[in-house]
Amino acid sequence: MNQTAILWLEIAILLPLVGGLLLTQLSDAFYARRWAIVISGLSFLGTIFAWGFGEQAALSESSFSIGRLVAGRLLVTVDSLNAPLLPAVAMLQFLTALTTLRTKIRRFSFGWALVGESLALLTLAARDEWLVIAAASLATIPPFLELRQRGRPTGAYAAHMLAFVVMLVWGWAVVQAEGGGRVHTLWAVVPLLGAILIRTGIAPWHCWMTDLFENATFGTALLFATPITGACLAARLVIPVAPDWVLRGMGLLSLMTAVYASGLALVQGEARRFYCYLFLSHSAMVLVGLEMKTAIGLSGALCVWLSVIVSLGGLGLTLRAVEARQGRIVLGDHLGLYDHMRPLAACFMVTGLGTVGFPGTLGFVGTELLVDGAVTMYPYIGVALVVAAAMNGIAVVRAYFLLFAGPPCRSTVSLAPGPRERIMVVAVMALVILPGLLPGTTTASRYRAAIDLMQRSAREQGMPLPLIEAPGHPGHPAADTHPAH
Amino acid sequence: MHDLLVTWLGVIVVAAPTVQVLILGGCALAGLALPERVIGRLVQTCMFTGLGASLGMLALMLTFGTRMEILSLGNWVDIPEYHFMLRFEFDRLSIPFALLTFALCGTVGAFANRYMHREPGYARFFCVYALFVFGMIIATLAGSIETLFAGWEMVGLSSALLVAFFHERPSPARNGLRVWSVYRVSDAALLLASIALHHVVGSGDFGHILENRSWPDGHAASAITPQLAFLVGLLLLLSAMGKSALVPFSGWLPRAMEGPTPSSAVFYGALSVHLGAFLLLRFSPLLDVSPGLAITTTVIGVATTVLASLAGRVQTDIKSALSFASMAQVGLIVAEIGLGLRYFALVHILGHACYRTLQFLRAPTLLHDYSLIENAMGQRVRNSQGSFDASRVRPGLSRWLYRFSLERGYLDALLTDYIVRPMLGLFRTCERWERQWTALLSGRRIESPRPDLPTGPEDFR
Repeated sequence: MNQTAILWLEIAILLPLVGGLLLTQLSDAFYARRWAIVISGLSFLGTIFAWGFGEQAALSESSFSIGRLVAGRLLVTVDSLNAPLLPAVAMLQFLTALTTLRTKIRRFSFGWALVGESLALLTLAARDEWLVIAAASLATIPPFLELRQRGRPTGAYAAHMLAFVVMLVWGWAVVQAEGGGRVHTLWAVVPLLGAILIRTGIAPWHCWMTDLFENATFGTALLFATPITGACLAARLVIPVAPDWVLRGMGLLSLMTAVYASGLALVQGEARRFYCYLFLSHSAMVLVGLEMKTAIGLSGALCVWLSVIVSLGGLGLTLRAVEARQGRIVLGDHLGLYDHMRPLAACFMVTGLGTVGFPGTLGFVGTELLVDGAVTMYPYIGVALVVAAAMNGIAVVRAYFLLFAGPPCRSTVSLAPGPRERIMVVAVMALVILPGLLPGTTTASRYRAAIDLMQRSAREQGMPLPLIEAPGHPGHPAADTHPAH
Repeated sequence: MHDLLVTWLGVIVVAAPTVQVLILGGCALAGLALPERVIGRLVQTCMFTGLGASLGMLALMLTFGTRMEILSLGNWVDIPEYHFMLRFEFDRLSIPFALLTFALCGTVGAFANRYMHREPGYARFFCVYALFVFGMIIATLAGSIETLFAGWEMVGLSSALLVAFFHERPSPARNGLRVWSVYRVSDAALLLASIALHHVVGSGDFGHILENRSWPDGHAASAITPQLAFLVGLLLLLSAMGKSALVPFSGWLPRAMEGPTPSSAVFYGALSVHLGAFLLLRFSPLLDVSPGLAITTTVIGVATTVLASLAGRVQTDIKSALSFASMAQVGLIVAEIGLGLRYFALVHILGHACYRTLQFLRAPTLLHDYSLIENAMGQRVRNSQGSFDASRVRPGLSRWLYRFSLERGYLDALLTDYIVRPMLGLFRTCERWERQWTALLSGRRIESPRPDLPTGPEDFR
């Protein structure tokens, strides 16, 4: 069965690319939505099959693949790092298409959203680094087109994304020129690092993200930001080649951003900006964990990454559903929406708590591991991560009370969520709570991915492979020793 | 036979609130409306089952003369270098707390079943109540600090949601947020203490931290030096201060009275407010290692008692007066823990929780009770208790004391003015600069702040 995993993944990537490009030519928005739901649903199924049919499928030389037919080699892979992330990203796209209401379908471009999904999946799954860079660079175009189409300012977004693409290409070109098996020079590492910091939204290079959330449609901004493609680029391009002190610098900047963004999330008066800062804080936390190079810290970061896609993605979809009824939401006074939309209120609370790592949710163990790793790595300033988590928790509950508490909002029409939104609510809550109640499998899978990442990094830098106890992990003989921190 | 009985009884004690929260929470999230009678029966069954199993465990321990029983349900998370073990301890500290939780929650559940009858939020109340019971049982029976932390957070969330239960008014929501904010500080301190202990001892299990001795005979592990005990102990004390409304975090307790009476009774009269004291009792061996920590604990306890006694004397409504009375007693309990009177503190908690629950539950019918008593006596009841006798102090001092008590020692204002407001002000300034920077990059005109957006910490009042 493993032979078909790559094929399923390629279908999951190609289907939205082709479908999306065709849908951009359609003028009937209702028709486009219907097709977008079908295509993204099939793509989601494809990623599920790819995940289910084995993380080691890429190693099989006999596996059938479209890439091999076209380019003579495998172009994409399913590995321990990307296996659960691919379905999570595809699911987010599917649920976004599914819950786009009639009031919004003329503003939201389903075609470009599908193209963006395809490029996001390709960024996560590509084997060749240049393909990763190409996919990540091309993925910046659909939001730009939407901003221009809507007549919104593009300056901040375009400037940052241009810098991101240039630095990414420049950095990797120098890495290639210098060759493998060594620690690379600053000429290679610094541009790469800069590109990652910009794409992940690390302060002070994060303003494009708030600008995007304010000016693009919520759906586009959500789909572009939430997969945290920057973390994938960091894991694939920077961590294996960068010296430790550069990674530490990146970690410190990320740590400061996590606290700073959580503080700003606390004082936001607009729901979109609140969401954006909450996201920035969590993406910075993921980056903090990725640079740690300890099994625990990395596992925590990978768990939080998955949790952010599912929980924060769900929170974004919930906010989007509320916004579709209320218009732009101002978090100034209590809106009193609870009685109108109880399922959305429940989903907001569950996904919000999942995001901040509340016990019994997907993010709990990840946050624990991440904080544990951060305090080990930075004994004093690692405490900042706990401060950030605490402030994010307060920001989420504050937003909940401002949205759903207060004198009941009066409306002449029903504001209750429709059947499609109810499906989204149930799916998201189940995905946040069930793995949270039984976190063993998810954590073990993320731990394996962390070990793979560490070993790859050691190989790239020509250092001895760390011996890591990993029972049941193929390719890694079980050892009693623990890795040196 | 003994081991089998311990396992079964232990599993039932933990399973009863788990089943309750899974059914009520699952139905609430799925949008299924259970009839009131079903909810009432479910709560009754789970509470009786849990209480019966806890009593059974106590009887078993008394019969066999054991002082500690361990229930290990395996690893919840198991990766190399990190284990999260589902391990519960039944000892002289956790068994009384579990019994207290089931008995008082059962009583309050039965009371609330009638009190909340046909209230629109009946199901919501019992859903949050179930989360609270589950959190309390997990926290009190926890065999490791990580498990305790999980229960601790659940108790915090359920408290905040019940304070904001009547969310049609903005004021309960604001107070709920205030309570949640204090609890998050408390949670952060406990998480840091947990990580610190994990790193020093190599494990979060109480067995390792307290050298496998049953409470109260445990000793801090040899790796815990007096300096470390002081630092970790301060974090635990900070955590307890937030949860038990000790100074300077005492301001949230009267705000919490916005919730329905049954929740006020069980949370702030009986259980939640004592959870901080429970934490200090659980880690009391650290106090033995560090005299400085013991002195700090005692001073904070005494300060809380003095402040709460003064503030309680100027309250004009029964629930606020009771909340300050609770706070005064909790302060005393903490001082007792600091002085090393552990059994005394435990008995004080048990007695105070039961008595205060009764007072809270009778509070709504206080006038009716007075009327009955006065009719029976045939005369007015003279009430001098609790009044502030101003003639005993100088007029200037009396006025100052009155104002000081009315403002609850100005602690809320101090926290707001010197911590919350500057912090929010700093972030708002950053926000303004960011907007200007983004506008500059985008080539837009710099917008003036929108008048409908908040400019001060209104929602953090």
